[in-house]
Amino acid sequence: MGLFGSFFAKFSRNKATPEDLDEFRRVLIESDIGAEFTDEILKLVEKERSEALAEKVTECILSSLSQEPRTIALVPERVTTILVVGVNGTGKTTSVAKMAKRFKGEGKKVLLAAADTFRAAAVEQLTTWGERIGAPVVVGKTNSDPASVAFDAATKATAEHFEILIIDTAGRLHTKSNLMEELTKVRRVVEKVTPIDEVLFVLDGTTGQNGITQARTFMDAVALTGLIVTKLDGSTKGGIALATERALKIPVKLIGTGEGEGDLEIFDPATYVSNLLTQP
Amino acid sequence: MFESLSEKFSSAFATLRGKGRISESDIDLVAEEIRSALLDGDVALSVVEKFVARIKERSLQALPEIRKSTNQSQEIYSIVNSELVEILGGPARRIRFAKNPPTVIMLAGLQGSGKTTLAGKLALHLKEQGNTPLLVAADLQRPNAVTQLTLLAQSIGVPVHAPEIGNGVGNPVSVAKSGIELAKTKLFNVVIVDTAGRLGIDEELMKQAREIKGAVSPDEVLFVVDAMIGQDAIRTAKAFEEGVGFDAVVLTKLDGDAKGGAALSIAETTKKPILFASAGEKLTDFDYFYPDRMASRILGLGDIATLAEQAKKAIDGDTAKRLEEKFVAGEEFTLEDFLEQIQAMKKMGSMSKILGMLPGANSAAMRKQLDAIDDDELIRTQAIVQSMTPKERRDPKILNGSRRSRIAKGSGRTVTEVNNLVDRFSAAQKMMKQMRGGKIPGGMGLPPAMASGISGGISGGISGGIPNLGSPANRVPPKKKSRSGNPAKRAIEEGR
Repeated sequence: MGLFGSFFAKFSRNKATPEDLDEFRRVLIESDIGAEFTDEILKLVEKERSEALAEKVTECILSSLSQEPRTIALVPERVTTILVVGVNGTGKTTSVAKMAKRFKGEGKKVLLAAADTFRAAAVEQLTTWGERIGAPVVVGKTNSDPASVAFDAATKATAEHFEILIIDTAGRLHTKSNLMEELTKVRRVVEKVTPIDEVLFVLDGTTGQNGITQARTFMDAVALTGLIVTKLDGSTKGGIALATERALKIPVKLIGTGEGEGDLEIFDPATYVSNLLTQP
Repeated sequence: MFESLSEKFSSAFATLRGKGRISESDIDLVAEEIRSALLDGDVALSVVEKFVARIKERSLQALPEIRKSTNQSQEIYSIVNSELVEILGGPARRIRFAKNPPTVIMLAGLQGSGKTTLAGKLALHLKEQGNTPLLVAADLQRPNAVTQLTLLAQSIGVPVHAPEIGNGVGNPVSVAKSGIELAKTKLFNVVIVDTAGRLGIDEELMKQAREIKGAVSPDEVLFVVDAMIGQDAIRTAKAFEEGVGFDAVVLTKLDGDAKGGAALSIAETTKKPILFASAGEKLTDFDYFYPDRMASRILGLGDIATLAEQAKKAIDGDTAKRLEEKFVAGEEFTLEDFLEQIQAMKKMGSMSKILGMLPGANSAAMRKQLDAIDDDELIRTQAIVQSMTPKERRDPKILNGSRRSRIAKGSGRTVTEVNNLVDRFSAAQKMMKQMRGGKIPGGMGLPPAMASGISGGISGGISGGIPNLGSPANRVPPKKKSRSGNPAKRAIEEGR
């Protein structure tokens, strides 16, 4: 198991030095999983000195995560509606496009809604993506009510028998309560037409501990069902994904792993944790 | 929820207070608290270790003096604060203008850090200072980044050079070059080059940024960082420094509740100054970076300096002077003055933003109160006051039932709302009288009126405090009151 393979081996034979422990702590902290979670894992390491330490640590992390399914369940008889939310600049629009591309690849009929009526050119950004992917996009005017765009899209999706509707919303800092209310309204209005099946929170993989606070506030406003963690294509460990999932018990469903249209994967916690522990 | 460092700090000291004498192990304990608070605030581990070691060293050195002090936690607190300010970079630096215009400013940073928005804000800021900026759309990568910049430029009335539509098409290096040429022929004195966002490890995009830099030889390369970034801050900053090289840093999205520990990490690691702080979605939400204010933020002390400055900006000198004279002369504070203040407050920005700068604003309890604030309240209050006759504004006592119902109709609000406003106003009036008498209710904490209904508390606070800011000598001396047990509060009370 790479670097930590040797570390775990040392530990299980009681040969680890305090420096080794410090090094392990450094890697955990620097992955952004948070000081508290790190301390918990280190306690386990100190206590558990068996051959199976690596497995024990992996298990400890995995068991603290959500047990909910990580796939996006499609509803066969009506349109499956996905609302995508998050703070500014996390990659919502790109994630919406990648998701649409993925569903299109599975032969689904996909409709997109550009309910980000605030940021300059956000609508155009999604429209460009829609053209590339071949999915129609419902748009509104800049600064029009995002709820009305979402409502129009939901109506269209139902009337024209789309299988999937993905609604892109404007990025908003969780500290702006009026904007959070706007989001609640989008949800309320769409649900007059059709139920919302997934509310996905897009979390920037480079975010620090503030990510948990962000997700919690969005959770209160629109009841999240899952996370999309973006920008995991660099050296970024994205430990905040685990920390957030652990704190809120909502599963990471998808991860953005690159700049290409196809760079969106279903999150596999086991692989992720093993990478976290093996790569320095 | 994270406790602010100040909360952790005071809890660490709560046990010490009874002891009377601090020992070395007590310092260790406090250092441990600082350490975990900084880690929760996303300061990079290596920086935290160094920082805590320095605090420990300085505290141990100063131990004899600390022991003599009547307020031991405050002593250590000042050590922490001064270390923070030192790392964050002393007095704020300004943009360096080129001797021969145009001054070229290039923006670089991770995807989604807010470069394009910042380009607009910076252009507006420079324009307001009498410059003639030109925006150059050299982000040809992200779909419609060019459109976004063009629309931003239009809204602030700044010309934009966008020869390529972008979306993956076109050569950003030649766009940047032709932008500089255009600036030279059309005599723009500043050029702001927006570039594509990139990931630290993406060598190709890094190379592109290097080429742009080589082609336009910027006077300032600004590294744009999201204040919410975690431990990656250091790695990213280093990658950009090695890959592109930058002269200074800009922090964005400071209107969130992230502590912004990244500022500390980047300043300490790269030794580059932080020039600007960007906090808000409006293009005017932009300011210089002040190390002392950032230190207060990291420590959870709030941003009183910015608040005071914005208040000064919003309330013009004459109004302030007139209100102050009125106040000192003991004249009655009327609804007309109140209306004037509401209009001034609206210039300062949303109520929640203003109150968010107060100390402790990021604590869980305070956040809840802030969330409950309705920013439209100000507009509604204004409507009610404007529906009153001048006589009513000067003498609200004459407001009988029929007058109240007329006002309600005129402003489109309910009679209850009119009643509430009048009640709150008389409460504020009363408070002002008390202040004149030297009794200032409460410390810097929110008076209850402020949370339940902004008008009463704020109007009292503003008219009593802000007009005096320019001339502290005129201030009616407050009665000496007991010192707060909270070091954060006390620091404010003592004017540190």
